[in-house]
Amino acid sequence: MNNNTLSEIITSEDLSAAYKSKVIWEHANISVKKGEFIGLLGPNGAGKTTMFRLLLGLSKPSSGTLKIFNEEPKKGNIRIGYVPQRRFIDTENKIESLEYVRLGISGTRFGFNLPKHASKERKMALDTLTSIDALNLAYRPLSELSGGEMQRIFLAQALIGKPDLLLLDEPLANLDIRRESELIRLVNNVVKHQNVAVLLIAHDINPLLPFVDRIIYIANGRVASGTPGEIVTSKRLTALYNAPIEVLKGSKGQLAVLGIEEAVHNHG
Amino acid sequence: MVEFFATLNNSGFSYNLLSDLQNMWQYTFMQHALEVGTIVAVVAGIVGYFVVTRRLSFAAHALSHVGFAGAAGAVLIGVNPLTGLLVFTSAGGLAMAALGKRAASRDVQIGTVLAFMMGLGVLFINLYKGYATEAYSILFGEILGISKTDVLITLAMGLLILLIMAIVYRRLLFSSLDEDVSEAKGISVLGISILFMLLIAIATSIAVQVVGVLLIFALMVTPAAIAQRLAHKPSQGIIISVITALLATWFGLFMAFYIPYPVSFFITSSVFTVYILVRIFQSIGHSKTSIDESISVTS
Repeated sequence: MNNNTLSEIITSEDLSAAYKSKVIWEHANISVKKGEFIGLLGPNGAGKTTMFRLLLGLSKPSSGTLKIFNEEPKKGNIRIGYVPQRRFIDTENKIESLEYVRLGISGTRFGFNLPKHASKERKMALDTLTSIDALNLAYRPLSELSGGEMQRIFLAQALIGKPDLLLLDEPLANLDIRRESELIRLVNNVVKHQNVAVLLIAHDINPLLPFVDRIIYIANGRVASGTPGEIVTSKRLTALYNAPIEVLKGSKGQLAVLGIEEAVHNHG
Repeated sequence: MVEFFATLNNSGFSYNLLSDLQNMWQYTFMQHALEVGTIVAVVAGIVGYFVVTRRLSFAAHALSHVGFAGAAGAVLIGVNPLTGLLVFTSAGGLAMAALGKRAASRDVQIGTVLAFMMGLGVLFINLYKGYATEAYSILFGEILGISKTDVLITLAMGLLILLIMAIVYRRLLFSSLDEDVSEAKGISVLGISILFMLLIAIATSIAVQVVGVLLIFALMVTPAAIAQRLAHKPSQGIIISVITALLATWFGLFMAFYIPYPVSFFITSSVFTVYILVRIFQSIGHSKTSIDESISVTS
């Protein structure tokens, strides 16, 4: 991929985040280009979701600048699709998945829905579901879907507004290895075919390594970014996590990281 | 009122529904009851759907208890109890919403305030040295003693709720089903929860006339809980919830006219019966469909 031809959609300079007066992380200089697939990694409580909140305009940086699509972050930016971390789904509620997807475009409107608009929205929702191979879930109640199926619906809801950037917060949590890899492939397809940039928060780097263009690490109050080859080295990860981490190289140059799970749990 | 009923000039069911209804309609108090009952059922059905979706049923229950103190206080100082209800429930609703989005789901805090408000209501009733019937009708509803003024207040409040609902419907739905995403999409979660708590407060106040403070669940929660289990679309859910509340209210009024039992008893027992039936049929149906899991995909 020729990165020079892609325009930057997120840039930050000396960006810092704080909760009340406590610094979460500081001096972050990151950039994200159109159509990039980026893994956002780091231990629990390191401030990964905080990064999302800044991008969504839900929190303000404590210092530094952050630009998204060459503007200050603002709430309700229609160019961003967002899938928050695990949501509570009421099992008594039998609302079909299609309705959740529809809310991605209609949920912020005032007034009643005219039948003409409603059928147009439904068609958009069905098209979006088709594009991620989830049409078979459309009429099933969301509360009866499996974890992986739910993530597809949330992804469709985030994609229906045709965003340029997707923020996915721990979509792989609670998925088994097969569903995990299915979802990553799906997200990767979205990146490649719909030219959407994706920031994906995850705990485990290994399933992401074959797909992501770059990785942003947040740990111990610092933010580092680079290609997997640059950043996934024993030395850098050990320094970031402040715990011994080993990076193994396979015969074809594949990378595997050992010790992160332990480091994450120790930070707890 | 129950005794009064027995003395009415009606000879029980005539097996001619039309003449039965005509017979009922002769009485002004029955007209008022039907008018208020209908407005309340529609409003409670709609608001209730969101109460259940937002898991605020205990908060709604508590608000009606806050209203008890308001109604009893109003009786004490010689004001219309409905006014007292509206003032107290609105203040309570605003306080709950302002305490933060999570406050409305904290049982212990809400329960503590609820008990205090009921205690306050008991004191007011006691100070009034009036009739125990006042307390009784606030607690269990007194739809057959509704004045023309109350009908008009109920109508105005009902229309206000419907108007606000029509404007914010989709935003309210989005924030109810998917709070985090709706917030990121630019919906003010705090703003919408304050607004909705006010709507619950008003809906509860007018519904207390029909089923009373203690039985508010019957109109504000149970029909919506039935709807939630049956509906696959929010609009369907609201329709089912409204129809259930309407039928239960009309059924209650009709039955109470001919059988000297309280209206609220008939309303609560009919929605309860439907709820149980739905649960039973669903558990039977569920064990069936889980065997042949076929989902039709048609557009």
